[in-house]
Amino acid sequence: MSNLRSLTFDAIIIGGGGSGLRAALELAKSGKQTAVLSKVFPTRSHTVSAQGGITCAIASADPDDDWRWHMYDTVKGGDYITDQDAAEYMCSEGPKSVFELEHMGLPFSRFDNGRIYQRPFGGQSKDYGKGGQAARTCAAADRTGHALLHTLYQNNLKNNTTFLNEWYAVDLVKNANGDVVGCIALSIETGEVVHVKAKATVLATGGAGRIYASTTNALINTGDGIGMALRAGFPMQDMEMWQFHPTGIYGAGVLVTEGCRGEGGYLINKDGERFMERYAPNAKDLAGRDVVARSMVMEILEGRGCGEKGDHVFLKLDHLGEEVLGKRLPGIVELSKTFAHADPAKEPIPVVPTCHYMMGGIPTNVHGQAIMQDADGNDQIVNGLFACGEAACVSVHGANRLGGNSLLDLVVFGRAAGMFIEGALNEGIDYLDASESDIDAAMARMNRWNESGGGESVPALKAELQDIMQNSFGVFRQEDNMKDGVQKLAELRGRIAEAHLADKSNAFNTARVEALELDNLMEVAEATAIAALERKESRGAHSRYDYPDRDDVNWLKHSLYFPAEKKVGKRDVNFKPRTVDTFEPKVRTY
Amino acid sequence: MSTLQVSIYRYNPETDSAPYMQEFQVETHGRDLMVLNVLELIKEQDSSMAYRRSCREGVCGSDGMNMNGKNGLACVTALSDVVKNNKLVLRPLPGLPVIRDLVVDMGIFYKQYERIQPYLQNDEPAPAIERLQSPEDRDKLDGLYECILCACCSTACPSFWWNPEKFVGPAGLLQSYRFLADSRDTATRERLADLEDPFSVFRCRGIMNCVAVCPKGLNPTRAIGKIREMLLANAT
Repeated sequence: MSNLRSLTFDAIIIGGGGSGLRAALELAKSGKQTAVLSKVFPTRSHTVSAQGGITCAIASADPDDDWRWHMYDTVKGGDYITDQDAAEYMCSEGPKSVFELEHMGLPFSRFDNGRIYQRPFGGQSKDYGKGGQAARTCAAADRTGHALLHTLYQNNLKNNTTFLNEWYAVDLVKNANGDVVGCIALSIETGEVVHVKAKATVLATGGAGRIYASTTNALINTGDGIGMALRAGFPMQDMEMWQFHPTGIYGAGVLVTEGCRGEGGYLINKDGERFMERYAPNAKDLAGRDVVARSMVMEILEGRGCGEKGDHVFLKLDHLGEEVLGKRLPGIVELSKTFAHADPAKEPIPVVPTCHYMMGGIPTNVHGQAIMQDADGNDQIVNGLFACGEAACVSVHGANRLGGNSLLDLVVFGRAAGMFIEGALNEGIDYLDASESDIDAAMARMNRWNESGGGESVPALKAELQDIMQNSFGVFRQEDNMKDGVQKLAELRGRIAEAHLADKSNAFNTARVEALELDNLMEVAEATAIAALERKESRGAHSRYDYPDRDDVNWLKHSLYFPAEKKVGKRDVNFKPRTVDTFEPKVRTY
Repeated sequence: MSTLQVSIYRYNPETDSAPYMQEFQVETHGRDLMVLNVLELIKEQDSSMAYRRSCREGVCGSDGMNMNGKNGLACVTALSDVVKNNKLVLRPLPGLPVIRDLVVDMGIFYKQYERIQPYLQNDEPAPAIERLQSPEDRDKLDGLYECILCACCSTACPSFWWNPEKFVGPAGLLQSYRFLADSRDTATRERLADLEDPFSVFRCRGIMNCVAVCPKGLNPTRAIGKIREMLLANAT
C-alpha cells in the first residue's frame, strides 16, 4: 500500500536546531540538494533556550588561553569516558567555528577592546587544572542560544536551504541491505505522508528531557531521532548519562544559566551558608554540574533545604547589582520574575537540580557517521545514517557535559557532518532503493495509531512515564528502585502499544504528533533505564548509592544499549588524541 | 471552587464550514497558571484542540495568540495578568489565515522577514579572528536582536492588516534596523534602497500597537523611526 509521494534530496537533515542548521548550511553552500525537515519552525527549536554561552578557547578574555586546556577540562568533566579524539577535534576546531558564527553576524557581547566577551563557567581551568579558574564561555548576554540559532537560520536563508517546516519525521527507511535511505515524514499542516529519499539522513533531533517530569527542556524535546534509530535496530551509547542542571527554577523547571554563578552568584542553604565551599573548596559554585547538583541534593536530604518543604535551595544574585544583572543577565531577571515571582536584584531565586541534557545518544565518529557493532564487537559504520548535536554521542561529553560545551558541539560537529557528507556525495553514494515492504515497515507505527479504536489516552501515559523516570532515575540511583522502574516501564510499553489516538483528522493534528512522540519517549526512557541499571559504578552524572565509587577496571567504557535484545554491552573509549598526549584518568576533584 | 470560563476559537477545515467559539470550564484550583497551562488542561479534555508551543518560557515565539483581546505569548501570560471576571477568550493572532483553531498560517509574516535580507552582509574579507566591535556599537543592537518572531506585533498592526504584501510590518522592520544598526554590516545603502517606496516603511502610522503587545518589551516603532530618519537623510 506504499503509493506514497516521494521527495528526493542528496541529504535530508531531520531537526532545525543548532546542529541541523549548521550541517545544512555547509551542504547548502556546497550546492547539494539539501533539505531541513523540522517539526517546528527552526527558530522554535530548543537551541533557542541556551543562555550562558559557547565555551571555546578563542583567547579573548585570556590571550594565553589554549584549546588543550579546554580539552583537559572537557575530558575531566566527562569523568574520563569522553572520547579524547573527539574532544581534541572539538576544542581545536572550535575557534574556527566560533569566528565563523561571528562573521555570520552573531551579536556577541564585547570587551572594551572589541573582542568577544567571555565569562567563567563551571569546570573551567587554565593550565590543565593548575592555573585557577578560566573565563572561556563566549556570550551574547544570556541569550546566546537565541542569537546563535537565529544567526544560523538567517544564513541558511541567505544560502537558499530548502526547509520542510512543521514536518514530522516518523521513522527511518532502511533498504534490504540495512542502509538508511531516508525517512517517512508527515506534513503537520496537511496530514500528507511522504517518503523522503536521501543518500544521507542526518538525525539532528536534539534531546529528550521530556522523559522526566521536571526538566529544563522544551516541550518538543521528545527524543524523536533516538526513537527512530532504536526502532530501526541501532544501538545507543551512554544513555544512562543524564545531566541534572543545578539551577532549574523550583516548580517551573525553567533554566537559570550557570553564567549566573560565572558572574559571581552563588548557592545558599536555609541557613544562608554558601555550602559549595564545603563540597568543592577550590571551584566552589563552579565545580562540574554533576558535583553541584549532588551537593544540592545532599543539603536538601540533610535538612538544610529552603522553603516550607525544605526541598530546594537559593541562588543568590542580589550582590551583583542591577547594572551587572541588566547588562549580563537580562533574560534571567525576566525569567525569574515571571516563573519564580522573584526579582533577583532583591531576593534569591529558588532552584533545584532539574533534568537538562542527554550526554548519551547515537554513537558516531567525528564525521557524524552513525556507528553500530558487528558480531565481534568491532565498530561498523551505518551506511546512510548520520547524527550530530544532542542526539549524537560522539562522545565529547562523556559522563557529564561542561556548561557551554553543548553549543560548541552543535556547530563543530554539525559543520563536520556537513563537510563529510559533501565529500561523500562528491565521491558518489549509491544505495539500493527501498522496496515497498521496507516502506511499509517504516509506516507501521503510524498506521497502528491511525487504526487505534480505543485504549488509554496519550497525556496520561506520558505523565506516568515521566513519573517513573523522575522517581527511579534521578540524581541518585539505586538497584532496587531502578529494577522497579525498569519493570514499570516494561508494563507501560505494553499499554502504550495499545493506546488510543482519538483525533484522526489531517489538518494540523497535534494529537497525532504527540502520540508519535510518546513512542519515542518510551524508547528513550527504556534505553536509559536499562543502561542505568547495568552500569554498576558511580561516574559523572550516574551516581549510585549502592556503587558509590568509580570503577575504572570494569567501567572505563561506553555502555552500548541494543534495542532488539534490550541488552547492554560495552564499547571502548578513545584514549588516542592525534596531537596531544592522552589525559590519563585521575581522581576527579574540584 | 475556582473554575475558569474559557472561550476558544475553533475551526477545523475538514469538518467545519465556519469557525465558532467553544466554551470550556477549567479547574485551576486557585493557582495562577499560565495561559499555556490552561490550554494543556483543555487539550486533556479535548485532544482535537490545536495550538503551537515549544519552549514554554517565552523565548521560542511559538504560542503567540490573542488573549482577552490582546496579543501575547500564552506561556508567559499569567491568568492574573489577563483574566477579567473569571473569563478568558482565546483567539488566533488576528489578520493571518487560520489553519486550524489557534494555529495561523505565518507565511506572509515570514516572507516579509525574508524580504529585508535578515543576515549580516559585509563585502570585506573576514579576518582570521572575529570582527572587532566596540561595546558601544554592540549596545546599539540591544532591543533589536532579541526578537523571537512570534508575530504578536505585526498581527496587532492595522497597517499590516491592510497591506501585508507591501508593508514590511513591525517585526520585519525591527530586524531590518537590527542590521542597519550593526557596525559590521556594509549593505546600508542597498538595504535602504530596498525600503524606499511609499509602503515598505512609510505605511507605519505610529499607532504603536506593536510596542504595547511585544512580549519581549521591544520597541519596533522606535526602530521604524530610525529607519525613516536614515531614509530621509539619504534622500537629501
